[in-house]
Amino acid sequence: MSAAEEAALATHRRIMLQGLVRTVGMLPVLVILCILIHLLTIYVAGEGRFLTAQNLSIVAQQASINTVLAAGMTFVILTGGIDLSVGSILAASAMIAVIASQDFGNLGVPAAMATGLFFGLVNGALIAFVRLPPFIVTLGSLTAVRGIARLLGNDTTVFNPELPFAFIGNGSLVLVPGVIAIPWLAVIAMAVILASWFILRRTVLGVHIYAVGGNADAARLSGIKVWAVLLFVYAVSGLLAGLGGVMSAARLYAANGLQLGQSYELDAIAAVILGGTSFVGGIGSIWGTLIGALIIAVLSNGLILLGVSDIWQFIIKGLVIIGAVALDRFRLQGSART
Amino acid sequence: MAPVLSLRGIEKSYGAVAALKGIDLDIERGEVLALCGDNGAGKSSLVRIISGAQEPSAGTILLDGEPVSFRSPQDALAKGIATIYQDLALAPRLSIVQNVFMGAELTRPLLPFLHVLDKRRMEERARGYLSRLSVAVEDMHRPVERLSGGQRQAVAISRALHWNAQVVIMDEPTAALGVKETALVLDLIRKLHAEGRTVVLISHNMADVTAVATRVAILKSGRKVIDRPVAGLDADSLAHMVMTGKEI
Repeated sequence: MSAAEEAALATHRRIMLQGLVRTVGMLPVLVILCILIHLLTIYVAGEGRFLTAQNLSIVAQQASINTVLAAGMTFVILTGGIDLSVGSILAASAMIAVIASQDFGNLGVPAAMATGLFFGLVNGALIAFVRLPPFIVTLGSLTAVRGIARLLGNDTTVFNPELPFAFIGNGSLVLVPGVIAIPWLAVIAMAVILASWFILRRTVLGVHIYAVGGNADAARLSGIKVWAVLLFVYAVSGLLAGLGGVMSAARLYAANGLQLGQSYELDAIAAVILGGTSFVGGIGSIWGTLIGALIIAVLSNGLILLGVSDIWQFIIKGLVIIGAVALDRFRLQGSART
Repeated sequence: MAPVLSLRGIEKSYGAVAALKGIDLDIERGEVLALCGDNGAGKSSLVRIISGAQEPSAGTILLDGEPVSFRSPQDALAKGIATIYQDLALAPRLSIVQNVFMGAELTRPLLPFLHVLDKRRMEERARGYLSRLSVAVEDMHRPVERLSGGQRQAVAISRALHWNAQVVIMDEPTAALGVKETALVLDLIRKLHAEGRTVVLISHNMADVTAVATRVAILKSGRKVIDRPVAGLDADSLAHMVMTGKEI
């Protein structure tokens, strides 16, 4: 092989490696976290309680709703925006899901998703057409939609013990009877991630989302309908918050407009940022978001297993988010220099 | 053959201020026309009108002899006039491929009703455009912000090539560049010229103008005062003409 060919091969390898590092991102942090928590449970309780089939299934379930919200949030943050209203939209959609199910059974599911889509479209229209800042618009709908969620049930908890789609929240997809069963919640979350990946990475719409976040003026100059892209991302975020509402209602057989989904938007944003998606827009991936959501779920689950008090859980989670992103920043700067 | 672009009696006023006071200018196919003038002479206004960013207050634009009006820069781009702006209008954090194909992505059918991005073809084509411009970059997925100023200009020009623009307008392409990068950009202009494309170069740098332009039009106070071939001019006499508005 000639020297030139060898050099070309070496560059090719370096490019591949860089791509891998970019894709893998925070995965090592997740793996280390899992092992660390498992070892700590051995130390504290005498037996490893984290890496068991049952516990991992619980973690997947706990991560699923946040994963779905964070997927929608990824679309929004990739355009350089933010959606603070997803927790409130989730609450309103869950209320609709339960209330509609009392009379119309399974129609509660599409009704809830339509509710989420509607609020998302309202957010998107205000941002795309009235040109209001996303932070302000969704801060407003965070409050207003929370009020609507309370109004829907006259500020009470709504129940449906006969909820026809409760299997979504409590059942599992059995692959090998008695051995492998995946909670439906996790199946839905995975399907959402795959669909998001397809849109973001394989379609023209996806590159337009990145383009709007990369430079909205340049996007507009090259003929991209920036308003349509913005409307789409907020609609997706709303729709997925509606799906989150269905998942939440299915899990609880109930919904409460005041308590449900409180500060879920913060966990969703944390998952997206942990996953390496940049707040300024244009950079990020849906796989990163999945890993971010899993890190948050693993951390919550692990701290509970270790018997850490609720108060300390908050403190540790916050510090881990800051620390992990700081680590990522240093790593990226390092690779940029070489 | 009709000039690729003709301006007839172009006027532009902003309120009471008349920036352009009746400009007649023919841009011949395949030439490199330099547009010079002091600040406030009306260069930027004229460029905004040709590029579709603004409409003239009066006058007509003829494209290949046919009257046209550009509703927007996209409209002008679709009609074959690409403008490479001073601030480049690239998305710095996105890759070379994404920037070259922004708004005009290549797709392939996956299912009869579903077309997906043809990443391989876009990468090959982007590489092809850059090598046509003699710019060697290995990684087509490198973010544009990690490229040098001259390479970024090459990416912007590649986009114009992808749109198959007949006229490429370059607004101060060397303003923020060092000596080496400037040489690269001047080379890019020569490549475009060699391909038979028309280039309109707006520049304050008379050395650049004499290096690549075939003709120069000098504006002063909203009027075209000089329009002549560059051949035989040096940077000093050109600078003198821009200052005085008179031929030597």
